[in-house]
Amino acid sequence: MSAPVLSVRDLRTHFFTRAGVVKAVDGVSFDLAPGEIMGLVGESGSGKTVTGFSLLGLVDEPGRIVEGSIKLNGTELTTLSDVELRARRGRDISMIFQDPIATLNPMLTIGQQMKLAIDAHERLGKRAADARATELLTQVGIPSAAARLRAYPHEFSGGMRQRVAIAIALLHRPAVIVADEPTTALDVSIQAQILYQMRDLAAETGTALIWISHDLAVVSSLASKLAVMYAGRIVEQGPTATLLRDPRHPYTAGLLASLPAMAPPGAPLAQIPGTTPSLLSLPPGCPFAPRCDRATAECAAEPEITFRGDRGWRCFHPVGQAEEVTA
Amino acid sequence: MSGQSTPLRLFWAEFRENKVAVFALVVVVLMILLALFASVVSPQNPYDLANLSLMDSRRPPGFVGSGGYTHILGTDPQGRDLLSAIFYGLRISIQIGLAAGFVSLTIGTTLGILAAYVGGRIEALIMRLVDLQLSFPAILLALVIVALLGQGKAQLIGALVAAQYAYFARTAYGAAKAERGKDYIEAAVATPLSARLVVLRHLLPNCTPPLIVVATVQIANSISLEATLSFLGLGLPVTEPSLGMLISNGFPYMMSGRYWISVYPGVALIILIVAINIVGDQVRDQFNPRLRR
Amino acid sequence: MSAFLSIDNVSRLFGPNLTTGEKIAAKLGAKVETRSVRAVSDVSLTVARGETLGLVGESGCGKSTLGRLIAGILPPTAGTVMIDGAPVMENGAKVTTRVQTVFQDPFASLDPRMKVGDTVSEGPIAHGLTNKVKTKAYVAEWFERVGLDPVWVDRYPHQFSGGQRQRIAIARALAMQPDVLICDEPVASLDVSIQAQIINLFLELTRDLGLTTIFISHDLSVVQHVSDRVAVMYLGRIVELGPVAEVFGKPAHPYTDALFGSVPKLVLDADELVHFDTIEGEVPSPLSPPSGCYYHPRCPLATQACSDQQPLMQPVTERREVACHHFEEQIAKGLDKAV
Repeated sequence: MSAPVLSVRDLRTHFFTRAGVVKAVDGVSFDLAPGEIMGLVGESGSGKTVTGFSLLGLVDEPGRIVEGSIKLNGTELTTLSDVELRARRGRDISMIFQDPIATLNPMLTIGQQMKLAIDAHERLGKRAADARATELLTQVGIPSAAARLRAYPHEFSGGMRQRVAIAIALLHRPAVIVADEPTTALDVSIQAQILYQMRDLAAETGTALIWISHDLAVVSSLASKLAVMYAGRIVEQGPTATLLRDPRHPYTAGLLASLPAMAPPGAPLAQIPGTTPSLLSLPPGCPFAPRCDRATAECAAEPEITFRGDRGWRCFHPVGQAEEVTA
Repeated sequence: MSGQSTPLRLFWAEFRENKVAVFALVVVVLMILLALFASVVSPQNPYDLANLSLMDSRRPPGFVGSGGYTHILGTDPQGRDLLSAIFYGLRISIQIGLAAGFVSLTIGTTLGILAAYVGGRIEALIMRLVDLQLSFPAILLALVIVALLGQGKAQLIGALVAAQYAYFARTAYGAAKAERGKDYIEAAVATPLSARLVVLRHLLPNCTPPLIVVATVQIANSISLEATLSFLGLGLPVTEPSLGMLISNGFPYMMSGRYWISVYPGVALIILIVAINIVGDQVRDQFNPRLRR
Repeated sequence: MSAFLSIDNVSRLFGPNLTTGEKIAAKLGAKVETRSVRAVSDVSLTVARGETLGLVGESGCGKSTLGRLIAGILPPTAGTVMIDGAPVMENGAKVTTRVQTVFQDPFASLDPRMKVGDTVSEGPIAHGLTNKVKTKAYVAEWFERVGLDPVWVDRYPHQFSGGQRQRIAIARALAMQPDVLICDEPVASLDVSIQAQIINLFLELTRDLGLTTIFISHDLSVVQHVSDRVAVMYLGRIVELGPVAEVFGKPAHPYTDALFGSVPKLVLDADELVHFDTIEGEVPSPLSPPSGCYYHPRCPLATQACSDQQPLMQPVTERREVACHHFEEQIAKGLDKAV
């Protein structure tokens, strides 16, 4: 495997609110190779979006990165000034958001917005910029792209707007794109088209992709590796296929077992008891312990992440140990 | 998740953080108390003509009059103790402000919610009338009504209500229109609950935040509008002077060095209105989700 | 199959009324375009007592509107909805409590200023299902039934998590003792680890209480799990209807086939990346739907007949219906793929 383009170590992003310190991201480490797609899976409040924002240096007050390192092509991002970060954002690393309506300016044409995005990092003439924009819009599957440059966002459907947002993220051929649930608001038929295209684009351009999602099925068909987050931590990470076939962390195993497809029609689903914990009042030790049927007294201490080959998990009593012995 | 965190408690916890607003609230409460107990705290009953002596008129602050006590803020042209007159004037101003505010609130909210809930022609009729009225300056409307109805407390309140209910109607209409589209209203309609229950138990309580904001601002506006009308001589009878009339009474003497007759009631009026507005601003900020942290 | 819930030729139009100017123009003889949208177009369905019917389709297909028409929240522009022979609505107002709804977003569907116990009790009190004396016990009974601690009745919605709120919303619907329950995407806005809890609660309650259920969802795997039969909607029309295993197993409508094909499936046994069957193009605007079969511009089987003539629902087997000119071809294609 080639050298990682993005390397995150023990990232911690905390929010200092009136109600207390919210440890939104509290121990996230991973590497990403060029052209690789990683799925970042978790429920609301698991810290997956804040992780994405941290990578781009977009965490606002009262939050800040309190610990850890983010290396993009060997450059440490956490110590850069705002100006230096801005120079990299959009050029070396960019983001696609869930809601394309909120990210596009309704008062500017698509062409104008793409020109602005180009101008932020590069000097290109109007004609060259238009040519680049047209090329990218075509690449993300927008028909008659040259003519659509003069259109305003409201003239596009939701799916087409998200394609425009993807094209803008791709403008400078960034090394990494962070995509935060970009297809959640879209219909399944449009989602399938976009997933299909993103996979090809990552392979073609060598851009690495972090795909944030709550949907295991979406990432399982897209990402080559997965990181599962719970209460601000990555609780399990590894190659998609082996992780899903043979989960180690009881949370991952529980999530997979609870999917409707896993039970015969009409039969009760395997459910994880309890509710997702509030980040303000996390239980001491393993945050999943109160909902976990494998928890013991040992789980009152916080487990460190254990690595075995390309797999990693944060659990004292991982699932499927027996298989590991025979293998 | 504590059982004690009712919305009201949370609201107060947040309000308490703004020290200026808390100070303003204290000032408002203090002024309301002064007004309520004006007869107790005032050295003199300024409405009892038997107490007044023309000998004591237009005396400067600190003067010891025929009553044998010090007029801390001086006296007015009728020989009233100015401090007492301000306390009594506050009472009238606050009374009229509150009365006009609450009557406008009731009428305006009823019309606004009716328009938003019923829709169709009734909505069009009410809201066009409200729009028409909002296009006139409130003071002009109040002047015309006082001129038509004559002087007196009830007439004055009527004029203020007529000038102000439209603001409440607009606000209630906007809030109700937004709430009406939400799922919990749909859930109530789908039960089905009667229109009366849907409006009184669900729609109205959820429209209150913006109405409270408008109410605080409009009470301050009522008070200043009343003062304006009184200053112009269209307010209350001269025998029961409100703050506006006290200012008006002293106005001819401003240039002759007897500033206190106008200035002190003016200061009282300004403090009251500014304090109410600061409280209102804080309440508005707390209700505005965009400014929330 | 006896029809407990019957939906007869129901349509619903949405659209701005003509402005005064346009009305005058129309009176003067000008051609004024009506911009109304047929959100639901001539839908007929019957559901047996105790049956769960899934309603699937993409956004804008009219599944939520159909749910609201059955629930008596919206009056139909044409057609009727009857429960056990009695109409749900008369003169634009709901006249029965026998159908209740669970909404998608439990953060929006509970009144934020009302204690949750009152939210559950107010309907039953208004309709005499309980009285002031028995209310407390009645609410407690329903709280327990949906897995909530009755001591929470005096709390406000903001003090609960999403899953707990949805339980409260379910308690509110069930406390009205309905025969028919409309579930409009009841798990779509819940966390993944909570969805299974709520689905299980549904399965348990609908079975124990013998409820007839309309389960609306864009998530085909959830619908597949809870439903007996399924209706697939496209642009306001039902295009396919039948037992869930048959419809999803051997789709008779090309749209059903494509919709099912584009759902991302959990890939467990492939180390290679999967291929997606994607549908070409996007759903057309309901303001100007295509001629004939609404699906023909995107359909691989489309012929001239499909753009000329709207296909009507016709039986495939005893319990299945489809609106497609080429359904036999589609079924044959499915069999080819299986072989």
